[in-house]
Amino acid sequence: MLDKQKILKFLGYKLVRFAILLVVVILLSFILIDMSPINPVNAYISNMVASPEKIAQLEAYWGVNQPITEKLLNWLGNIIVGDFGTSLIYRTPVLHVIGEKFTASLILMLTSWVISGVLGFALGVLAGFKRDTWVDKAVKVYCYILQSAPTFWIALLVVMVFSVYLGLFPVSGGVPIGALSQDVSFWDWLRHLILPAFTLSILGVASIALYTRDKLIEVMSTDYFLFAKARGEDGWTLIKRHGIRNILLPAITLQFLSFSELFGGTVLVEQVFMYPGIGQAAVSAGLRSDVPLLLGIVIFSAIFVYCGNLIADILYNFVDPRIREGEENG
Amino acid sequence: MSDLINVSNISISFTQYVQGLNQRELKVITDLTLDINEGEIVAVLGSSGSGKSLLAHAILGILPHNANLSGNMVYKGDVLTEELKKELRGKEIALIPQSVNFLDPLMKVSDQVIGECADEAEEKEKRAKQRAIFEKYGLSEEVDDMYPFQLSGGMARRVLVSTALLSNPKLVIADEPTPGLDEKSVEETLNHLRQMAADNVGVLLITHDIDAALKVANRIAIFYSGYVIEVANASDFSGEGENLLHPYTKSLYKALPHNGFELTKGHQPLHGEIPVGCPYYERCPHKLENCDKERPFLFPIDENKRVRCFKYEG
Ligand SMILES: Nc1ncnc2c1ncn2[C@@H]1O[C@H](COP(=O)(O)OP(=O)(O)O)[C@@H](O)[C@H]1O
Ligand code: SF4
Ligand SMILES: [Mg+2]
Repeated sequence: MLDKQKILKFLGYKLVRFAILLVVVILLSFILIDMSPINPVNAYISNMVASPEKIAQLEAYWGVNQPITEKLLNWLGNIIVGDFGTSLIYRTPVLHVIGEKFTASLILMLTSWVISGVLGFALGVLAGFKRDTWVDKAVKVYCYILQSAPTFWIALLVVMVFSVYLGLFPVSGGVPIGALSQDVSFWDWLRHLILPAFTLSILGVASIALYTRDKLIEVMSTDYFLFAKARGEDGWTLIKRHGIRNILLPAITLQFLSFSELFGGTVLVEQVFMYPGIGQAAVSAGLRSDVPLLLGIVIFSAIFVYCGNLIADILYNFVDPRIREGEENG
Repeated sequence: MSDLINVSNISISFTQYVQGLNQRELKVITDLTLDINEGEIVAVLGSSGSGKSLLAHAILGILPHNANLSGNMVYKGDVLTEELKKELRGKEIALIPQSVNFLDPLMKVSDQVIGECADEAEEKEKRAKQRAIFEKYGLSEEVDDMYPFQLSGGMARRVLVSTALLSNPKLVIADEPTPGLDEKSVEETLNHLRQMAADNVGVLLITHDIDAALKVANRIAIFYSGYVIEVANASDFSGEGENLLHPYTKSLYKALPHNGFELTKGHQPLHGEIPVGCPYYERCPHKLENCDKERPFLFPIDENKRVRCFKYEG
C-alpha cells in the first residue's frame, strides 16, 4: 500500500515549487517583453490605418503607457479568472489558440516520444547486450552523430531526402499558418505529421539509447547479475529477467525528464516542416509582437515541461519497491 | 572418498593499461592447485583482495570479461571447459554468495531463486521444491513474496544457502559466508555447510576467517600473495603447530589469540611486487640459498597435504 500522507506531502511540496517556478517565469518573460521594442498596439493595427483617437484607445486598453507593475497586476488578475486575453495575430482568445496548437503539437510530441522511447530503449539494450561488437559500435556511432548534429540540420536533411528527392511528402505548406484544424482533412494532417514525427523520433533515440546501454552494462557488472549467472541463467533470459527489470524504470524516468528537449526540438522541427503547432505559434507570436499569446504559450510550456519532471519524480519516488515498501518497514 | 574437482596450476590475470597504451599483466592468482573430494569441506584461507572470489568465479565460468584464465580443471574426470561450466553452474555446481546484494533488488525472492520456467508445470514443481527447502531452513511462506531489502540479515543468509541447494548440487562454493554475522549465525551457517558435506556434497569454503575455516573444514589451503603456499589438514592446526609445514602457516597459527598473538614482521607482497623467488622470502626465518632465485612448486607431501617450500622438496 502506498502511504497516502507521504504522497500528499510530496505533491504539496511539488505544487509550491511549481507555483514559485511559474511566478519566476512570468516575471522574467514580462520584464523581457516590456524591455523589448514590442508594441502590442502596432502589432494589432499592423497595416491598417487608424486614427490617433483609436490608437490612444487601444493604448489605454493594453496599458502601453502604464508602469510595468500595473500592467503585470492587471494581466495576472485576468489570468487568475482564466482570461488570457485575445491573440493579436489570430484575433481569437489566447486559450483557444493555445488549445488548438498545443493539441497539434502534443500529438506530434507524443508520437515521437513513444517511438523514440521504445526504439531508443531497444537499441540501448541491444548495444549493451552485444557490448563491444559491431552492433554496439554501430548504435554508438549513430547516437553520437545525432547528438552532435543540430536539430535544424537533421530536419532539413529529412525534408531534402523524403520530400525533395523521393517526393513522398509535401515539402511544407498545405496547412497555411493560422488555418484552423476544421479546414484541414485528417489525411492531409497525417501526411504533415509523419515527417516531423519521424525527425523528432530519430533525434530522440540518441540520448535514451546511450543511457540504456550504459545502464545495462552497469547492471551486468553488479553482484546480483553475477549471481543470477552463477545460478545458471544465461543469454537473453538473463538480460530480460535481471537486466531490463532494473533499467526500465530509470529509462522511463529519463524519458519524462526529456520533455524540455522534446519541446525545444518540436519548436525547431515545426518551423522547418511548417507544422501548425505551438512552436510555430510561439515563433509567429514573437516575430509579430503578439504579447498575450506569447505569455500564454510561455506559461503552458512551463506547465508541460514541469509535468514531465513531476511524473519522473513520482516514478522515481514511488514506483521502485525498495522505496515504496521501505516506507512501511521503517 | 573420490575426487570431485581437481584444479591444477590455475592462474588468473587482468590486462591493465598503464600510461596510455602500455599493457601490463596484473597477476592475481598464480599457479593454484587444489582438489576437493565428495563430502569434503576444503577451506581457502586468504586475506581480502587476494583473489579468492576470482577463484570461485573461475570455477563457475563467470569471470569478468577482461580476465585471463589459464590452467586445468577436471570435474568428475571430465575436463571442465567453459561450455561444461555453463552447463553445470546452477545445477551441479552452486554458489553461496557473500551478501544480500547478490539478490536482484527488484525481484521477489522466490521468483528469482527458482529461475526462468518454461511452462506452468515446471514452475509449479520448482515452487514446491523451493518452498520445501525454504521450510527446512526456517523461512516462512511470507519470505517467498519479499523483496531482498525486506529480508533481515539472518533470513538473507538462509535464503542464499537454500538457493544453492535448490538444484541438488554436488559442489557448493561458499564465498565468505560468515563475515559480519553474530556468533550464533556463524554457527548456524557453518552447520549448514556441515550438513551439506554429510549429504556427500563437496564444499569449497572461501574465507579470511581462520576460526570459521578451522571449525568446519577438513583441509585448509593457505593463500599468500596469490599463491597457495600450503594445503594442510585442519587437524594440523593443533598443539604447537608442529604438523604445519610452511613458515607462513606456522606464523599464522601462532598469531591466533589462544597461541599468544605472535605476529610476524613485514607484509604480504601485493600483486605486481611479487619477487622472482619464493613469495615468502622477505619474511622467512629459514631462507635457503636459492629461495630468492627460484620459485618453489606446490609439492605434494602425501595424499592430502601440499607445501610450496624448498625445505620440503626432494
Ligand atoms: N575486473 C577486474 N579488473 C581488474 N582487476 C580485478 C578485477 N576484478 C578483480 N580484480 C582484482 O583482483 C583482486 C582480487 O579480487 P577478489 O577475488 O574479489 O578478492 P577476494 O575475494 O579475495 O577479496 C582485487 O584486488 C582486484 O584488484
Ligand atoms: S622456500 Fe625458502 S624462503 Fe620460501 S618459505 Fe621455504 S624456506 Fe622460506
Ligand atoms: Mg571476495
